[in-house]
Amino acid sequence: MKPIFDESDPVELRLCVNGAVRTLCVPPLRRLLDVLREDLRLTGTKEGCGEGECGACTVLIDGQAVLACLTAACSAEGSEVVTIEGPGFERARREFLEHGAAQCGICTPGMIVMTRAWAEACRRDGIEPTEDGARAALAGNLCRCTGYGAIVAAAVSTAREGFP
Amino acid sequence: MRVVVARSIDAALAALASATEASRILAGGTDLCVEFESGRTRPDLVVEVGRVAELRFVRETQAGLEIGAGSTCADLLRSAPVARGADLLALAAREVGAVQIQNRATLGGNLVTASPAADLVPALFALGARVRLASLAGRRELLVEEFVTGYRATARRPDELVESVVIPPRPAGEHRAFHKVGTRRAQSISKVVVALALGPRGAGARIAAGSVAERTLRLATLEAALARGLARERLAQAVAHAVALDTRPRDDVRSTARYRRAVLERVLVRVLGPWLEPEGNAA
Amino acid sequence: MERYIGRDLARPDGPAKVEGRAVYVADLDVPGAWVGGVVRSTVARGLLLGLDFDPGFDWRTVAVATAADVPGENVVALIADDQPLLVAREIEHWGEPLALVAAPDELQLARALAAVRPRIEARAACFDLERSPRVFKSIRVAQGDAGAVFRDVPPGARVVEGTYRTDSQEQLYVETQGFVAFPPASDGSVTVRGSLQCPHYVQKALARALGIAPEEARVVQLATGGGFGGKEDYPSVLACHAALLARVARRPVRLILGRHEDLAVTPKRHPARVRVRAAFAADGTGLALEADVLFDGGAYTTLSPVVLSRGVLHASGPYRWPAAEIRGSVVATNHVPYGAFRGFGAPQTCLAIERLMDRAARELGIHPFELRLRNALRPGDTTVTGQRLEHSVGSLEVLEAIARRTGFDRHAWGAPHAESGPRRRGLGFSFFFHGAGFTGSGEELLRGRVSLALLPDGRVEVLAGSTEIGQGTQALFTAIAAEALGADAADVVLATPDTARVPDSGPTVASRTCMVVGGVLAAAAAELRQRVGDGAASWRERARAFLAGGGDGAVTRAYAPPPGARWDEHSYRGDAYPVYGWAADVAEVFVDEDTGEVDVARLWTAVDVGRALQPRLVTGQIEGGALQAVGWAHREVVSARDGRCEQDRLATCIVPTTLDAPRFDVTLVEVPYPGGPFGAKGVGELPMDGGAPAVLSAIEDATGIHPAQVPATPERILDLLVARAEEAHA
Repeated sequence: MKPIFDESDPVELRLCVNGAVRTLCVPPLRRLLDVLREDLRLTGTKEGCGEGECGACTVLIDGQAVLACLTAACSAEGSEVVTIEGPGFERARREFLEHGAAQCGICTPGMIVMTRAWAEACRRDGIEPTEDGARAALAGNLCRCTGYGAIVAAAVSTAREGFP
Repeated sequence: MRVVVARSIDAALAALASATEASRILAGGTDLCVEFESGRTRPDLVVEVGRVAELRFVRETQAGLEIGAGSTCADLLRSAPVARGADLLALAAREVGAVQIQNRATLGGNLVTASPAADLVPALFALGARVRLASLAGRRELLVEEFVTGYRATARRPDELVESVVIPPRPAGEHRAFHKVGTRRAQSISKVVVALALGPRGAGARIAAGSVAERTLRLATLEAALARGLARERLAQAVAHAVALDTRPRDDVRSTARYRRAVLERVLVRVLGPWLEPEGNAA
Repeated sequence: MERYIGRDLARPDGPAKVEGRAVYVADLDVPGAWVGGVVRSTVARGLLLGLDFDPGFDWRTVAVATAADVPGENVVALIADDQPLLVAREIEHWGEPLALVAAPDELQLARALAAVRPRIEARAACFDLERSPRVFKSIRVAQGDAGAVFRDVPPGARVVEGTYRTDSQEQLYVETQGFVAFPPASDGSVTVRGSLQCPHYVQKALARALGIAPEEARVVQLATGGGFGGKEDYPSVLACHAALLARVARRPVRLILGRHEDLAVTPKRHPARVRVRAAFAADGTGLALEADVLFDGGAYTTLSPVVLSRGVLHASGPYRWPAAEIRGSVVATNHVPYGAFRGFGAPQTCLAIERLMDRAARELGIHPFELRLRNALRPGDTTVTGQRLEHSVGSLEVLEAIARRTGFDRHAWGAPHAESGPRRRGLGFSFFFHGAGFTGSGEELLRGRVSLALLPDGRVEVLAGSTEIGQGTQALFTAIAAEALGADAADVVLATPDTARVPDSGPTVASRTCMVVGGVLAAAAAELRQRVGDGAASWRERARAFLAGGGDGAVTRAYAPPPGARWDEHSYRGDAYPVYGWAADVAEVFVDEDTGEVDVARLWTAVDVGRALQPRLVTGQIEGGALQAVGWAHREVVSARDGRCEQDRLATCIVPTTLDAPRFDVTLVEVPYPGGPFGAKGVGELPMDGGAPAVLSAIEDATGIHPAQVPATPERILDLLVARAEEAHA
């Protein structure tokens, strides 16, 4: 939590989080990250830097991968928010485990959310998932443990589902 | 601090009517939320325009390509008209942050933040873009170089909203290039960024550079030399002269003034060289 | 037939991590907890004359602690006890803690922190390690008479020398450091939970600072988002601060560093300057080595003496030197204290010796691979401390493997390139070793313990103080225990590292968790297996029958040093480490000669791990460590201005992304170590040592310049390229 984001008067906001409609009374600039982690106790979304550099707080808003630390609650009003706790991550989770892509685990939720966003974009746009594509998609998610090889392989495996 | 969530241009303009120098417009949040986080900004009023649908469009008009200020970098990357008419903008958008940032960062935000290291702004300079501003008092249009006035400073009045940017039609035979040297290959802030456009025989050159002065700028001295039909053999010397005259790089946490000057020169020579005629062939 | 060794086991900690259920310190829900913050020094050296508390602020709404409130000793107990928990008078570095504040929420905390005004008299500070007035520790390693060789160089021999510098490096664990502390219980005992590597270090520090017995301080590790050494010593500071605040606030306090604060005040890799010279016979045989190692320790001793020790002991490289003299010092400056980071002093000296070997190869006209091969330590050789290498010496095996994999031994390294535009390709090489486990008698003195407890249902609980920080302790210990017991992995349960329950296994550092603690675990498990007895029935059935028969299902074992190991701390002679890991790297780079930008495209590495107990885990360690090394080599800049870290944001503290990372090619070489569990030896730090010299070697191959400083940033490379061009012009 950062003071300035919470300095204005609370307003009522409606969000759909992981399929459930939630009505909250929060300061409009409160970071979506704090809304998720503190108000909704969805702590799977991690804070690594608070300034949009590490990708640990990646969530989906209306299907797009965005950073919860740079999203004001009012900017997400009425949107569909999906976090790592939500449905639809089964394949990516399995691939991450099988490839040894999770070590300390702090970047893992953000990586998995980003992987899903990329996999869905590949399917939607009919783009063949490749290692280079995965590297470009995951370039905003920092990992200090793995050297990325296992993560990229897990992402490609995830996205290849449904491709011949 | 007051926060107004606007869902239309009219609502945003109404809210901005009472804005002061300390007020801020929140679009994608990728700059402003970082400023909040660092304590750099403590606004009296924040007008949130992130989901004003009227600000998010790309349309081809007689004046050229008009792009709504709320268009995100991802929008620019996906747009076929942008790829055709404003390719530099797409090349620059690819260099902004990483995917999550590109999904939120807006064209208008990059302009209004007016960071000297901005990636989209040099592309707009090189494209000769015009900036359309609106307020309750009316609308006006500025050349992008007139819009960006200094270090994180613009000609926008507190009550104005950047509505769109207009890119003039692409002249026939114009060469264009974009080159960024950053701290790493993604999610990086530029040490030097160059966007340029060059007509046949040096006509209509627009050479823009970022991170080499307190604001994005055009290398007027080099443009003039090119317009005079600079020969390839004289390029390096002309570039060195222009960089010395037109830029004001500084040492900072990302790089040094010496490096910035040297790399700007080398990048310009590398990009422009193949487009110039050798001596004798030159006009 | 082994069931779990050499086969990848599912990580016990995996499912919670991929589902976002793993609980890190920031995720802990502690009702009624206040948030803590630190008032810090804004000068690098000075006197704290006093703390003024703004009378306009309502101080009854918060809790404040100063040096006067420390109930025990005002020290961060580690090696020298010279670092105060809170400044009483003398300020030695920027960001040094002056006072602590706890408040009900962040808003109030921010207001309170701003309302504390320290009165400070600034003093002149020292930031130059070569002008330091104070030495924390000096070490000398000598063998034969190196001075004589350099004074009277044998005919035909050649002396090669160089000075190499390495800058600091940030660990950049993606989870910042943090603790939750609870107020003292009625019996005076104190509990903290947090992100850490070494629970028993924190326990000792808490006991000293709070004036309680160690067993009255309970330290519990939560899921920890990376450490890399960064959470070895600093958690002791943070835990004491949090516990002190909880004591004065009389309620739980969360003290979690924001990223800026974490970057600005936590310890990083020691900057170093290493002068090295070596004499070679004309055929490339090493005759003598001299090295002068200087580390910047920062403002307090912290772990510096041990970091220096490892640095000095690795300065010889994995080579035979009939005569050697290595002198090392770590000195005091007014930088934020430097600390542990994977490699722990060795990457700095490894860079120097490997760069020198490249330079020698060039000057002697011998292929750099051939020069290394000729001088490589082999089984039966002695190191510069007089240690005879007997077991698990995979030096020739890794050299052979890397040559087979890359053909580097046939690559015309350093040959002039045909002109082909500004983008130049180069291959570079490094050969290195790393002592596994604590230096010298460290393990013997520590006697790390592991306990096993047979549960009523027949499962076996492993009680160890070793922490899971991502490297795979849980999977590894499960595999070792199951294999040694002859049980199923599902029969093994791991206790949370909680000092109230687990014995002191020693810290999770120094590449010792698998080899040393894993070895103790294997021995304990073998003992339990012997007690329970083998048979046709399942482990659980046999274990339950054993318990029903009144059997004692509790086993505790301590580390026993290998027979015959000897070490003299005074002369630095003897067996410096129980065993060494061996490795060789080849890096492929593309250098843009216009911009000095380096793209490390591929990194091949061949690593003698003794035995790969969990191949996926060990590969993960090697790739992750190698990327940290590659980042340090050319991209990760850490600098200080007037003692203040300049890269205190992730926007400026640059580490590699997916697009910056090379493609890795890892060859696991197995030369079993009889002293480790199932032949394994420690390799956690080894991959950090070789990446930087391999990348710099490749830059030299691509461009002809000889980078002598890490990181070889584009700015530094461009300066060298310009100097080379000017030389060629002159």
